[in-house]
Amino acid sequence: MAKFKTALIVATMAVAVVGCQKKRPETLPPGPGGPVDPGPGPGPDGGAQPGSAEHFRQNVVSDTINFDFDQYDIDSRARQILDSQAQWLTQYPNTRITLEGHADERGTREYNLALGDRRANAAKNYLAARGVSPTRITTISYGKERPIALGSDEASWAQNRRAVTIVIN
Amino acid sequence: MKLRTLFAATTAFLVAVPTLAQEQPTAQPAAPAGESQELPTIDVTDESAQDLTIIIPPMPTQQVVSTAAGSTDALGRQVSQIIADNLRNTGLFKPLGPTGVRAIPVSEVSAPDFGYWRGATAQALVHGFVRANGDGNLTVGCYLYDVALGTELAREGFVVRPADWRRAAHKCSDTVYTRLTGEGPYFDSRVIYVSETGPKNRRIKRLAIMDQDGANHRFLTNGQSIVLTPRFSPDERRIAYMSYQNDKPSLYVYDLSNGTQRLLVTNVSLAFAPRFSPDGRWVLFTMSVAGNADVYRIAAGGGTPQRLTTAPGIDTGGSYSPDGSKIVFESDRSGSQQLYVMNADGSNQQRISFGGGRYATPAWSPRGDLIAFTRMGGGFRIGVMNPSGGGEKLLTDAWGDEGPSWSPNGRVLLFSRGAQGPSGKSDIWSVDLTGSTSRRIPTQLDGSDPSWGPLRP
Repeated sequence: MAKFKTALIVATMAVAVVGCQKKRPETLPPGPGGPVDPGPGPGPDGGAQPGSAEHFRQNVVSDTINFDFDQYDIDSRARQILDSQAQWLTQYPNTRITLEGHADERGTREYNLALGDRRANAAKNYLAARGVSPTRITTISYGKERPIALGSDEASWAQNRRAVTIVIN
Repeated sequence: MKLRTLFAATTAFLVAVPTLAQEQPTAQPAAPAGESQELPTIDVTDESAQDLTIIIPPMPTQQVVSTAAGSTDALGRQVSQIIADNLRNTGLFKPLGPTGVRAIPVSEVSAPDFGYWRGATAQALVHGFVRANGDGNLTVGCYLYDVALGTELAREGFVVRPADWRRAAHKCSDTVYTRLTGEGPYFDSRVIYVSETGPKNRRIKRLAIMDQDGANHRFLTNGQSIVLTPRFSPDERRIAYMSYQNDKPSLYVYDLSNGTQRLLVTNVSLAFAPRFSPDGRWVLFTMSVAGNADVYRIAAGGGTPQRLTTAPGIDTGGSYSPDGSKIVFESDRSGSQQLYVMNADGSNQQRISFGGGRYATPAWSPRGDLIAFTRMGGGFRIGVMNPSGGGEKLLTDAWGDEGPSWSPNGRVLLFSRGAQGPSGKSDIWSVDLTGSTSRRIPTQLDGSDPSWGPLRP
C-alpha cells in the first residue's frame, strides 16, 4: 500500500509538473467550439505499454474535461471524452484511476475545494454509469491550487475548470 | 504600578516591583482621556479623526548591561521604535521618535519635562526604561502621559526573558493604545499563515508563524504537501489546518508546544475549512461526501463528526459567534454563495446576505458585533456586516482580496491579497474598520490564509 501511494504521488506530480509544460498542450481539448480531435495514436517510435498511463492518454479523446463557470454538469463534449475513457477502462479492468477536480481562480479557496470535488465526482458518476466500477476510482479536489493556464482571463479560466483522469499503474 | 511577567510567573520576579515603585509615581490620579479637552479619546471607527501626536523618546537604561538580546541601551531604542511602529500602523497616531527626539535621562521617566514636550507640540508622551535584572531577565517600564494636562495616564512594567524582549514592546504598545482608544489590546499576538513561493501552477505552500508585526518568523511545515487555511485555537497552542499529506486532503491539528501534528478527521475523501469553537473544545469543518459539502463539527481531540447542515449545495466556511451559541457559514443553496446564520446545533438556518454578487468566508468578530466576509462581483473585496445582515460596509477594493481574520480586539482584519495575472503572487494585508488604513504585512516569502491568534497570556 505504501508503495502504491508513492506511485500515486509520483504519477500525480509528474502530470502536474512535467505534464503542464510539455505533454499537456497535446492532450488538452481544443478550446470551446473547436473541432473534436480523435486523439493521437501510438507515437512513431512504437507507442506506450498497453494499460499504462501513457497508453491511456494516447487512446482516449482527452484525459481532461472542462466545465462552465461555477458549474459541474457533464456537457456533450465532456460525455464524448468520458465515453472514450470508459471504453479504455473497460478494456483494461485491472487499472485504477484518480479523478482530479479543479476550479478557476474566480472563487474563494474553500468553496473551490468543494467545487473541484463536485466536478471530480460528476466525472466519477458518469464513468460509473458507463460501467466503470466506482471502487476503481479515487477523487481528489485541488480547488484553485493547481491551475494549468496561468493567465487571469477567460481563456485561462476555461482551461483551469477541469477534471483530469489519471491512470495509476 | 502593575508589574507583569510575560512567562510562567514565579513570585521571585515580583521582587522587581519595589524598585519600580521607588521612582516617585506622580501623586495625581490619571484623568480619563475622554474628559480632557486636550486629549480626546480616539474613535477607531471615525475615519476623519485627526491623528494624535505622540512622542516616544528612546527608553533609557539605569545601567548599560549586555544581555542575550543585546545591550540595554540599544534595547531601549528598539523598544521605543517598535511602539512607534505599532502605533503608526493603526493609522490613528502620529508618533514622533525615537529618532530625532531628545534622549531622556532615567530621572525623567517618572517625572517628565512637560514644559519641554509642550514646546514640541506633543499631545501624548511615552516614557519607559529597560533594565537588566540580576536573574538574567529584563524589566521594561512603560509610562503614558497627557502632555497638556501634565498627568500620568498609565504605567506598567513588564518582566521578560531576553528572547521575549519584543513582547514587552508590544505590551507597552497595547497599554498606550487601550488607554487612548478605549479599545482592547492586540499588538502582543501572533499570526499563522501559509507561506507561498514558486510559479502559479505549482506553488509551494508552508505553514508559518510570526508575530503580528512580522517578526520572529518561523516555518512549521516543509512544503512537501500543500497546506491551506490554518486556524489558531483560542488558547494559541494548537493550529487546525488542511494538508494534502499522503494525497489525502484532510484536517490536522498541529501542537505548537511540541511540534507534533495529528490527523483530526479520518476516513474522508475531503475535509477542509476548520475553525475552533471559542472554548476550544470543538472544530467546525467542512466534509465532502460524494461531492456534497456540508458543515460538521468534531471534538478538538478527534471523534465522530456531527453533521450540522444538510442542504444539497455547498455549505462551508463555518465560524462560531464568540459565545458559541451561533454559527455563520456560507452556502450556495440559493444558486450562489451567500451567508447564513444558524444555531450551534444546526437549527434555524437564516440567510443574512442580500447584496449583489456572491458572499463567502464569513468570520465572526471576537467582539460579536460584526461578521467579516469576502464579497465577489467584479473583484474580490473584504467587508463587514452585523450578524443580522444589516450595516454592510466594504473595506477594500482590489482584484483578489479574500479570507478575513479578526484581530484579538475585533478592530483590524488580516486577509490575503492575490495578484492578477501569471505571477500567482499573494500577500497578507491588514485593514482597519474604517477601510482607510490598509497596509501589506511584511513576510519572508509570499503569504496567504492568515489567521490572527488571540492576545498572548
